Amino acid sequence: MSTRIRESRGQEMVLTAAVAIVIVLLSLLPMLRLIKEIVAPGGTLSTVAIKAGLGSPATWIATWHTLVVGIGGTLLAVLSGTLVAVLVTLTDIRARSAMVLCYVMPLMIAPQVTALAWLQLFGPASPFLKLFGAAPPLGTRNPLYSTSGIILLLGVQYGPLVFLLVRAGLRKLPRELVEAARAGGAGWFTVLITIVLPLMTPSIMAAAALAFVSCVGNFGIPAFLGIPANYLVLPTLIYQRLSGGGPAVLGETAFLSVLIGIIAMAGILAQEIMSRRRDYRISSTSLSAEPYELGRWRPAVQAGMWLLIVVVLFLPLFGLVLTSLVPGYGIALTAKTATLDNYRFVLFEHDAASRAFFNSFWLSIAAAVFAVLVAVPIGYLIAWGKQRWVRLLNLSVELPYALPGVVLAIASLLLFLRPIPLTGIQLYNTVWIILYAYLARFLVLALRPTISGYHQIDRALEEAAQVAGAGLFTRMRTIIFPLVAPAAIAGGLLIFMTALSELTVSALLWSSGSETIGVVMFSFEQGGDSNYAAAMSVITVAVTFVLMLVTNLLAPYLPTGVLPWRD
Amino acid sequence: MARLSLDNVTKSFANFDAVKDVSIDVGDGEFLAVLGPSGCGKTTLLRLVAGFEKVTSGEIRIGSEVVSGKGGSVAPEKRRVGIVFQNYALWPHMTVAENIGYSLKVAKLDKAVARRKVEDALALVNLQGLGERRPANLSGGQRQRVALARCLVAAPSLVLFDEPLANLDVHLRASMEDEFASFHKRTGTTIVYITHDQAEAMALADRIAVMDGGRLAQLATPRELYHEPANEMVASFISQGILLPADVLSAEERGHCKVRVLGAELIVRCRPGERPRTGAKVCCRSADLDVSQDGPGFDGLVKRVIYQGGSARIEFTPSTSPDLTLHFERPDPVALESGAQARLRIRSGWLIPAAGGAS
Repeated sequence: MSTRIRESRGQEMVLTAAVAIVIVLLSLLPMLRLIKEIVAPGGTLSTVAIKAGLGSPATWIATWHTLVVGIGGTLLAVLSGTLVAVLVTLTDIRARSAMVLCYVMPLMIAPQVTALAWLQLFGPASPFLKLFGAAPPLGTRNPLYSTSGIILLLGVQYGPLVFLLVRAGLRKLPRELVEAARAGGAGWFTVLITIVLPLMTPSIMAAAALAFVSCVGNFGIPAFLGIPANYLVLPTLIYQRLSGGGPAVLGETAFLSVLIGIIAMAGILAQEIMSRRRDYRISSTSLSAEPYELGRWRPAVQAGMWLLIVVVLFLPLFGLVLTSLVPGYGIALTAKTATLDNYRFVLFEHDAASRAFFNSFWLSIAAAVFAVLVAVPIGYLIAWGKQRWVRLLNLSVELPYALPGVVLAIASLLLFLRPIPLTGIQLYNTVWIILYAYLARFLVLALRPTISGYHQIDRALEEAAQVAGAGLFTRMRTIIFPLVAPAAIAGGLLIFMTALSELTVSALLWSSGSETIGVVMFSFEQGGDSNYAAAMSVITVAVTFVLMLVTNLLAPYLPTGVLPWRD
Repeated sequence: MARLSLDNVTKSFANFDAVKDVSIDVGDGEFLAVLGPSGCGKTTLLRLVAGFEKVTSGEIRIGSEVVSGKGGSVAPEKRRVGIVFQNYALWPHMTVAENIGYSLKVAKLDKAVARRKVEDALALVNLQGLGERRPANLSGGQRQRVALARCLVAAPSLVLFDEPLANLDVHLRASMEDEFASFHKRTGTTIVYITHDQAEAMALADRIAVMDGGRLAQLATPRELYHEPANEMVASFISQGILLPADVLSAEERGHCKVRVLGAELIVRCRPGERPRTGAKVCCRSADLDVSQDGPGFDGLVKRVIYQGGSARIEFTPSTSPDLTLHFERPDPVALESGAQARLRIRSGWLIPAAGGAS
């Protein structure tokens, strides 16, 4: 090989190697470590861990519960998300953008905040119900502490997820397919049942699989609603085992976490099989269908939609704000009793809480910045790379996010329980293990928009720089990064919003001194201090809103679909 | 089968008129082509007839029923109109037979009857035995035939074609053209056929409606469009007619009058009642032009000779009006070369009627 050829390939090799190292460290290593713990605990092949796990009745009960709330929550999410997507996309409903923004909002709010907000709305201490004197007497059980409560909130949380995917599918439906059916004599409802929904099967199935994975992996909602009712699902069972037994029970929880992983994967597999049973490929592209005229039904449908939004978004948030203003449990809120003490307490007086704000902010910023910087070269290799195997990388980056967060948390624990070999650095019981898990889990959130950003850029822009003599690193810095930066940065902001009030991973990884907002919120709620938990929630929700507004400024430079709440 | 009438139909989007004041009467069993450059409003016209768009003003009648007008709009599914789309619009999740039988199923027809009708429709478009296939496994021409069968099976009062051949390759186009023609002959269905391809329109249609900028430029038989264009747009759009400024020198006499074009006097065809006027236009076809060595005619410069295999297209600029370009064809061997001087003669032409004379 001549020197000139070696020189020109050198930079690409360095880049590829660096990307491969990052992905191995963040995606493959934890998964392999977890699998090793199951099949070969202590280094030798054995089925002890599996047998112990299968033998415990608690495992079976939690698995059953996981399936019940997983399937129930998925059904509710699919029904509501699809219905809203059809109404918003195919009819002449008004104020569409506002509706989309409000309906998608619960997706941007952490599940435990959703849970807390709903609990505050219906409990005996509910300041909202007390406003009308409708609160049940103190001591009454909150109706949400139940299976149906968990299913309801999972449906509310992930309905928007289904909505986004089905809406994207509906927008690609060519209008001729609808019009051919109408010309054939079919009314709007018949067209919907016989043409539109069948053609949306792939979108609906994909959405259902995603909602299912999210539901079975969700920790915040069953933790807030299930633990008080002693209704345990797999993630909360793992949490209880770990907080009771510590590292000694790690092997057992590893089995449970793999079980969640298997259930989640079974959901995705079922989707694959369902979508392949028929041919749903739409070959032509065209304008999307003319909105159906609701006519005299329009005011009623609109009122129904806004009522839904009030119920799933505004009422819970309102309840949350009210609770955060109440001086203590069960006290009615009046102009006299309203106080900002809860905010002062969590921000300045409570050590763990103020530490948590600090930790969560820098962890989220670090995860976001890292992901943006790494997503640009990884995206480059995946979107424009010539090697086939690089595309497999994409899958392995998706894995830590596709699998429930509990799985990654347990894998990280196993990986760093002992000091890192050769260096002796100890990550266990420090904040760094949380950072590691965040980096692994959220990278894909920045990668996806970056890749769609790459697909929108004409590659000739890079080739022109290449012809002008710029090496790969120079092109990356001066041409490629500026072009995909908006998409990557938007991804980074999504990561920041998600990580800020994250609970699932940090609930298993935190230690004294490395608390996160989610963890402190959870312990306030468990200790009965809902007012403080509510105050923290209101602060994070407010930060999220402000960030959404800031991110909107990037919107003109982004590929469509990067910001979920933008219509 | 039914007639279709459009009365002063206008369709405006925001501040732009896609269709403006169009009136067309399509007779029972007639094959009407709507021809025009892209963006002329022909697809909007079709969507108005199908009922996917509502008229801004005017009236559309199918048979004796007003389907669009001041009183509202009959829904597309109640119009009994069949449509064949450019992209076929076959439903990928249904078999060929299910696609064709869809409207029968919607109408809750007896299953055995429906199956027989689907078989008949398949036979009509020569697709016997392909009923169980998926649309994805068919060729482009077969898909178009399925689309045709699908709209036929419901016995529509009117069939609309939206550029049905635009996605097919040249060879297939010719055979599908034959198929459409024989289909029309067999069934006698009233057809409105949208296209931007004038050869297609000429080959198939009883009459052609030429549209331009949302307006109806001319509605006439293919022969009349070619020989007697009603205005400059139609003259230049159809077969690249050459427009030349002319002064009318004599009044019409038995369909002809005397004009002066490029300094030469000649006799052209014209409408009855033409009187002497200035600033008129004459439309010539390239076949009307002839090289005349030294007879009557006008001199000019051969700008370009484009060899086309067996013949050459020659672009010619008369020396008296250098901004005009005339083109004509000469068979091999071509004696003219670019840059050469030549003398041309116009044998015949058509006097474009004065503005406002659309028929």
